[in-house]
Amino acid sequence: MTSAPVAGAFAATAVRSRRRAKRKAAWRRRGLVLGLMSPWIVGFTVFFLYPLVTSAYLSLTHYDLLSPPRWVGLANYRFMFENDQLVWPAIKNTLWLMVVYVPAQVLFAFGIALMLTRARRGVGFFRTVFYLPALVPTVAGTLGFVYLLNPATGPVDIALGHLGISGPLWFHSPRWSKPSLTLLGLWGIGNMMIIFLAALIDVPKHLYESASLDGAGPFQRLRWVTVPSISPVILFALVIGVIDSLQYFTQAYVAASIAVGQSASQSAENLGYPENSTLFYPVLLYQQGFRYFNMGYASAMAMVLLVVALVVTLLILRSSRLWVFYQGARR
Amino acid sequence: MSSAAVEARGIVQRKPPPRVRRRRFLVAVADHSLLIVTALMFLAPFVFIVLTALMTDHQALSPKLWPEPFRWSNFVDVFRTAPIWRYALNTFFYAGLATIGVLVSSIPVAYALSRVRWWGRDVVFVVTLVALMLPVQVTIVPVYVLFAKLHLVGSLWPLILPNFLGDAFSIFLLRQFFLTIPEEYVDAARVDGCGELRILVSVFLRLAKPAIAAVALFEFLYCFNDFFGPLLYTSENSSHWTLSLGLAQFRTVYQVQWNLTMAATLLFMLPVIVIFFLAQRAFVEGVTLTGVKG
Repeated sequence: MTSAPVAGAFAATAVRSRRRAKRKAAWRRRGLVLGLMSPWIVGFTVFFLYPLVTSAYLSLTHYDLLSPPRWVGLANYRFMFENDQLVWPAIKNTLWLMVVYVPAQVLFAFGIALMLTRARRGVGFFRTVFYLPALVPTVAGTLGFVYLLNPATGPVDIALGHLGISGPLWFHSPRWSKPSLTLLGLWGIGNMMIIFLAALIDVPKHLYESASLDGAGPFQRLRWVTVPSISPVILFALVIGVIDSLQYFTQAYVAASIAVGQSASQSAENLGYPENSTLFYPVLLYQQGFRYFNMGYASAMAMVLLVVALVVTLLILRSSRLWVFYQGARR
Repeated sequence: MSSAAVEARGIVQRKPPPRVRRRRFLVAVADHSLLIVTALMFLAPFVFIVLTALMTDHQALSPKLWPEPFRWSNFVDVFRTAPIWRYALNTFFYAGLATIGVLVSSIPVAYALSRVRWWGRDVVFVVTLVALMLPVQVTIVPVYVLFAKLHLVGSLWPLILPNFLGDAFSIFLLRQFFLTIPEEYVDAARVDGCGELRILVSVFLRLAKPAIAAVALFEFLYCFNDFFGPLLYTSENSSHWTLSLGLAQFRTVYQVQWNLTMAATLLFMLPVIVIFFLAQRAFVEGVTLTGVKG
């Protein structure tokens, strides 16, 4: 009789102490997570969240870094869409990247990966050859191409001359400057090619066999087996390509300043040479923000870029439901 | 060999009729010639860069494509025309410190995002992915203003410091790899009395060596390659220029000819290509991790 309440009290303290231990463990766990995450919490806040908010605020001001920001409301945005003569060319050039440059890269990378899967010998060697240019530092590759495509005296025009073709002016012609950049982009296709190659190797063999038995020729197999099987990778390549095209900068900047023959850091006026044909949106943003120090205006451009980046990414992901097949998923 | 096996081999390896074999052979020839032509096109830029780097300055602007005489001294002259060593030193300073920073900061974060369970973890991961997807230019103005106020514009510190506070891409890559490490290892370590930190250090760091190597490699190459960052922060202060920036200004600031420019370009490519052949496995690991298994 007397032992029961004692035991009960004992059990109660045991439960309580166990609960306390549990709570202590939970706190220790929280401390651990906080400790592990702390670099990123600070980094994300200082270099992402804070700049995003500040950028939104600065876009509504006139700010030149020297005097404090002056509130101007929506004037930056109005100027951008109504008065700035360079914004539309910059947007058009960037759109060109999305519509021509990126699909060309994806197609080319896919084609080369396909060729590699059909080869019987020297696959390792060819893969290295196709991958190597992707390693070349962007500035080095751009310099190389400006030289290769030098009008008249560059090796490409010399070779074309032997064939009786007078080569175009490449980086010096507003019509050929973007195609020249595309050639440079196609040369550096390596990473995309490797990803396609891995995906192509993973396509189940039995799909091809059953398609063959059903009488499908090589092109039908490509269209109805290969492409659907690797469609998630095509989607991935497109998304990455579009995001990259929104920040396309180095190649355009270096090619224009080398072609025009002036020092890269002093050629603010010559960005986009020739005739603004390589003036992409990020190049214009850089020029406005860090050459002319129109920080408020550059922030407004950054905000527009943010919206476009989000919208484009969402659009591609949304449309992907129509044409991307995930293996094992029901449709 | 038993007669059954011979019979089976006979069935499997029966030769196709000559017509089919001839067609297959022709298709293979077509496949390989296309491959060889494309490969030559990919190699041609390297070849012309090397040839031009060995020409005299007059010849680089002439229609002759083969150097005569070979001017090996171009590679010496390059170092005389521009402070290449200083550029290289700055580049390795930037890339080295940034790589250390990324490893020190991103490994714990990736661990917390993959192997520790806590409320809100998946939201934080998605937010990290968004940070990875957005163009740099979106946040660049306030970040620049911040560093201008800290009087760090004109040096490479604005490019190095942020890496000590985590890098979205590296966190993503490491997390993907940490998720593939079997739970049994962790349980075993726990049974042996390891705390979470011990598990991170003695289990994950050891098992994730290939992923860590890939992250270090990618970060190093990114910095080595980076042009926008150094242009933004150091273009007014040439003593802090990196190889990328120095090379982009090379031809125009120093009035240098194409042969020397191509020699410098070649020198700039060389370290990366050497690193690639030394560390091919880490490359492939990284590309497939972030690309396909994502």
